[in-house]
Amino acid sequence: MKRVYLDHAAATPVRREVLEAMLPYFRERFGNPSAVYDLGSEIKDALEEQREKVARLIGAHRDEVVFTSSGAEANNLAVKGVALANLKKGNHVIVSAIEHHSVLNAARYLEKFHDFEVTFLPVDKYGLVDQERLRRSLSPATLLVSIQHGSNEVGTIQNIRELAAVCREQGVIFHTDAVATAGQVPVDVQDLGVDLLTLNGPALGAPKGVGALYFRQKLRLVPQIHGGIQENGRRGGTENVPAIVGLGKAADLAREELAARAKYLSWLRDLLAAGVQERVPGVVYTGHPAQRLPGLASFCVEGIEGEALLFMLSSQGIYANTGSACASKALKTSPVLGALGIPSELAQGSVVFTFNAENSEEDINYVLYHLPLAVGRLRSFSPVWRKRTAAAVGE
Amino acid sequence: MYSEIVMDHFANPRNAGVIEDADGVGEVGNPMCGDMMTFYIKVKDDLLEDVKFQTFGCVAAIAVSSMVSEMAKGKRLVEAQQITNKSVAETLGGLPKNKMHCSNLGAEALALAIKNYREKQKKNAA
Repeated sequence: MKRVYLDHAAATPVRREVLEAMLPYFRERFGNPSAVYDLGSEIKDALEEQREKVARLIGAHRDEVVFTSSGAEANNLAVKGVALANLKKGNHVIVSAIEHHSVLNAARYLEKFHDFEVTFLPVDKYGLVDQERLRRSLSPATLLVSIQHGSNEVGTIQNIRELAAVCREQGVIFHTDAVATAGQVPVDVQDLGVDLLTLNGPALGAPKGVGALYFRQKLRLVPQIHGGIQENGRRGGTENVPAIVGLGKAADLAREELAARAKYLSWLRDLLAAGVQERVPGVVYTGHPAQRLPGLASFCVEGIEGEALLFMLSSQGIYANTGSACASKALKTSPVLGALGIPSELAQGSVVFTFNAENSEEDINYVLYHLPLAVGRLRSFSPVWRKRTAAAVGE
Repeated sequence: MYSEIVMDHFANPRNAGVIEDADGVGEVGNPMCGDMMTFYIKVKDDLLEDVKFQTFGCVAAIAVSSMVSEMAKGKRLVEAQQITNKSVAETLGGLPKNKMHCSNLGAEALALAIKNYREKQKKNAA
């Protein structure tokens, strides 16, 4: 059966070039970068080369990059590490309501265990944080603001430059989670004016288990993993060298291919979005209509539930994601969809497609053939859809 | 995640649909996770001559509805009332733990349809 994988935000295959770059570091070049002899110092040099490559992707200096085990760890280090290192500056943290769980729960941890006050900033119907609203939420006690660059659930890209500028005026530290945007749109820490920025390996075609945090020079951070003086004392534990080499290679590729990739992914996204609007009635395109991730198309389909839709699609070899309560372990609808003001019944019909450059027009056509059939099938016995269509006839 | 029986009932739901001139209708909804089920029954000589359902919900909710309809069809009303959420889950070869209470509402919807039928009967007799 044909397989069309459109859940790249969840996991993505490691790129062949990346895997090849990594391979020597499993057996031949296995040394510990902290070791003093040549088998170690060579690896240390390789590690620093990767730091340079990652820094170059985001317009940073290599001393401003810490390697972590994931985007989630980088977010934890940014939020908790900065807050706990700067207690004298204040005890108020602001995050947007649509952050990744690793930011939301890190903020809640500060609230619960360190007497921090946390403001969860609402977003508008497109998922955008308002600059004035952020300005009004700042207080003399505000230490840190964390707002994601792009949303992996609804695709909206924030006006980070404007939001960061507001914080800079007030001397407030600004962090952005750029896991979704890096490699898809230009991400430059100088241009964005951010103090901290999170990257994740898999989003760039590197393996799971590696991420990075950019932090502006001289910014103080308390390590979240205590250990030796790896990563200049900012993160203990022997470095995951093969994965970091993978991240370095992926960062290089992302930089070289960025413009072409963004163009190609947006084209696929718009083909899918237009096709769905044309072929499936009762569908809402979620997120910002224009200011969005090139590789993400997200919808809420009326009258059906997302988990059932995912299983219908996967029976045809199509793999996607949903924010439906039924698909989450906690049986709660995605808080992101709620924050956009999408009613919970409609949010149940959420479906999210995320692409990479290996996807083709043929893949999109395959989805456009099977999606309407799957939706039609589920609607054929949906009491919600029956009521909705009966009401439409009566109107 | 789901048993083969669940996947079969999800992919090929039995008795999905509406009975326009139903003798009884039962509706349940779970406000927390949003599953909704409507059961329609047709009764003749105290037997469930026909059972149909409509369901908005996940794979488990759809499979549960289908299984309940199959277990109930052709049964006497008193027998159909013996169907429990637990027996439905067992017949389906088990359900994931977190779906046991959330999506397993079919037996309740059927019981409500039978109750609705009995109430109508009483009204007609009076």
